[in-house]
Amino acid sequence: MSETTANVSKEEKKRINPQIESLKNVWRKLKTNYLAMAGGILIILFIITAIVGPWLTTLDPNMPNVQARLQGPSSEFWFGTDHHGRDIFTRIVHGMSITLYIGFFSVAIGMVLGVVLGIVAGYYGRRIDAVIMRIMDVLLAFPGILLALGIVAVLGGSINNVIIAISIFSIPVFARIVRGSTLSVRKLEYVDAVRALGASDFRIIFLHILPNILSPIIVQATLHIATAVLTATGLSFLGLGAQPPTPEWGAMLASGRNYMWDHPHIALFPGLAIVLVVLAFNLFGDGVRDTLDPKIKS
Amino acid sequence: MFIYTLKRLLQTIPVLIGVTLVVFLMMHLIPGDPAQIMAGERASEEQIELTRDRLGLNDPLPVQYATFVGNAIQGDLGNSIRNGRAVTTEIGTRFWVTVELAFYSTLLSIFMGLMAGIISATRRNSPVDMFIMVFALFGLSMPNFWLGLMLIQYFALNIDWLPVSGWGSPQALILPVITLGTAGAAIIARMTRSSMLEVIHQDYIRTARAKGVKERYVIYKHALRNALIPVVTVVGLQFGALLGGAVLTETVFAINGLGRLVVDAIGQRDFPIVQGSVLVLALLFVLVNFLVDISYRFLNKRIELD
Amino acid sequence: MDNTNTIIKVDNLQTSFFTHRGEVKAVDGVHFDVPAGKTLGIVGESGSGKSITSLSIMRLIESPGRIKGGNITFNGEDLLAKTEAEMRSIRGNKISMIFQEPMTSLNPVYTIGDQIAEAYQIHQGLSKKEALQKSLGMLELVGIPSPKARLKAYPHELSGGMRQRAMIAIALACNPQLLIADEPTTALDVTIQAQILRLISGLQKELGMSMLLITHDLGVVAETCDYVAVMYAGKIVEYADVTTLFKQPKHPYTVGLLKSLPRHDIDQDELQVIKGMVPSPDDLPEGCRFAPRCPFAREMCVNSLPDLRDQEEGNQVRCWIHTDEWDGPEVNVKDDYDYGYRTVEGTES
Repeated sequence: MSETTANVSKEEKKRINPQIESLKNVWRKLKTNYLAMAGGILIILFIITAIVGPWLTTLDPNMPNVQARLQGPSSEFWFGTDHHGRDIFTRIVHGMSITLYIGFFSVAIGMVLGVVLGIVAGYYGRRIDAVIMRIMDVLLAFPGILLALGIVAVLGGSINNVIIAISIFSIPVFARIVRGSTLSVRKLEYVDAVRALGASDFRIIFLHILPNILSPIIVQATLHIATAVLTATGLSFLGLGAQPPTPEWGAMLASGRNYMWDHPHIALFPGLAIVLVVLAFNLFGDGVRDTLDPKIKS
Repeated sequence: MFIYTLKRLLQTIPVLIGVTLVVFLMMHLIPGDPAQIMAGERASEEQIELTRDRLGLNDPLPVQYATFVGNAIQGDLGNSIRNGRAVTTEIGTRFWVTVELAFYSTLLSIFMGLMAGIISATRRNSPVDMFIMVFALFGLSMPNFWLGLMLIQYFALNIDWLPVSGWGSPQALILPVITLGTAGAAIIARMTRSSMLEVIHQDYIRTARAKGVKERYVIYKHALRNALIPVVTVVGLQFGALLGGAVLTETVFAINGLGRLVVDAIGQRDFPIVQGSVLVLALLFVLVNFLVDISYRFLNKRIELD
Repeated sequence: MDNTNTIIKVDNLQTSFFTHRGEVKAVDGVHFDVPAGKTLGIVGESGSGKSITSLSIMRLIESPGRIKGGNITFNGEDLLAKTEAEMRSIRGNKISMIFQEPMTSLNPVYTIGDQIAEAYQIHQGLSKKEALQKSLGMLELVGIPSPKARLKAYPHELSGGMRQRAMIAIALACNPQLLIADEPTTALDVTIQAQILRLISGLQKELGMSMLLITHDLGVVAETCDYVAVMYAGKIVEYADVTTLFKQPKHPYTVGLLKSLPRHDIDQDELQVIKGMVPSPDDLPEGCRFAPRCPFAREMCVNSLPDLRDQEEGNQVRCWIHTDEWDGPEVNVKDDYDYGYRTVEGTES
């Protein structure tokens, strides 16, 4: 009896290995995509900045300095100072971890929940599918940032509530894609074959379906981080996310707004920081998609 | 076509129920006593009790929900906590401001997006194509509130061409519409390009060429019509993102629309206003999605409702 | 072949694709001509360059492909010298084409009527109404039942066979002098194949067109063609009239193709197949391109490429066996094919 189980899992390993092989292939192709690599390198640099940056900057991001108010960029203050005399460069470096923290965590949570719901809906079909997907439709009926806005309105403005809001807002995005992919994989013969061998639903889902639908999930996750960052900075800009004096970029733009007309650098640099981070994830995500989905490539 | 429309209409019913349910529950999910919130922060014990009674908060939840929906259908979304006026009155004029803003921005996105996408696709890998694609990538990576701030900084202050804020005159419209429409234009341009490139390699394009059709007609008659099919879906989704973005754009340009109303109301904890505005925006989006699906069906003869 | 009566003459046609890995010669020096009112079949496996040849005549080769050299003369006019606008007035008008995939060759968003009518609108300047009237006539001609209703139908509402009939209607709308049919029946059900083939060749005779029939199926050729060109890896390896080719095939590849046809007149234990694969056009053998698969191949075949030479029986054959230079034992390709021998390294046959 145990022998047969061993055989089954060996068989299964064989089926999963091609997936790993193809991941290697993907990496090989991705390496030749310069734009994607540029995006990837930027993301790594941003992560390093977020971790190491705060130790390297000498100034306190939150300590007001009345003597240095509203100074333009200089060798002392690379990006100038804000209306409290705080060094904008230092604040941007400190804000990096907040932005990435929100981006990664909100998408990770939304992805896990969305993937589970999507697979369950696609795998079991019928009633379960109908119920889950109708709920997703309802979540999608709230346009754009509005769902996150409503959630934050209920929970109150804070970084963690922004993460919760964006996670919920991300769930249907993943659930829809995963459900579609699950449906197409489920129809493949080998899933029936594995089921005939007596594999449990749980085993089929995690060992056979999930590895086969990874590509669209990865692509969506990367691109969705860009959306999450835009949403999060937007909420903070509206005063509904990170609260001052947190050096969050959206919040920096909001509090600097009244001074930016005479001192444009106050709004310029935090905005550029957002653009760069979002751009990096979009570049990388585009590259991953082109690599994983050759249909679109020439 | 009629049957399709009817079926599609029936499909929106569960969504409408879901949306109203979520908006209804918002009030009950807020930490604290809804009656306390509705009565205002400085309300006395009596006033709270009165509010509870008046709003039927003692009724079981399903009854409350039914009342909420019933009232909403009759145009009663409650009263503002702050000034006591009917929520529908407060929303009224502001709603049309937001619709106007969203409408023009959508037009801009579609027009710019399609043009750029078609140019890019027909001149693939040319410098023009690359320029457009880089531009589009920046367009969709920019937070629209920041773009708005930068546009004000340059066009309104530095060169003094356009007003800083406000609403009403055509000049005042330009910057907000660009601000709100850019991301959509970028997304539509990218979608149009890839869709066109896919279509252009289809067999029926070769058939058209073999028939002696002029290249211009091959692109605009035979390819574009097919390429538009996936783009239409994106336009629908984009309209949602745009309604959400309107919240930020209206804040930046001090436009007295629904988006700004929501943000202000959240700040003032005026929840009936938040509820009402969110509900109205969601309903608008559901309506637009419905229209998009109908036109999708019109463009693509092959789909059947599952 | 009488030159005065020739509709189209293809001379040393070379079409290549220029990829980042270098030039890929898809069609490499092809000659043939089609007499007025006759049908030439071009036979070969996929990848032999037969479709690229037909698209070259239409001048519909897409980048990175390009017609590199040679001449295509249609009705005495040099097609390769024509401007794009002049070419357009020929396409769908004097030269028409039917494609392999009826499922995807019709534009899904326009009605069948619109798509046929377009040909009249372009080439005869007819109004939409007149064009639709004529389209109705075409639908009747190609045997589509209840043509009036079909005029307003979208492609997805028609079966594969009906769509191919609609394609034929489009192609024949303007009474072309030359019809190019690129595997017109391959994608269809077997029962439908014969119907469509009979329709095409019937109309060809009725309308007095010349036809270029591209196929991989010698059975189709036997039923419809007057002349046959067998293509292999971008070159014609044998050219003959249809009777000669079937009676006295000379090239080992032709013989191989004939042997792989299912026959009903004799008992067959198994269907033969030609061993090996068509070489990829970006990695062609230096000598005879069929040598790696040929049961008779010798050193000389591997080393150098023979010309297409006239034979007594009227065939033209590109094979060393049929030349004076042949240094092996005498071979009767047709009879000895099964017992062929190899003197160069490779798979034993």
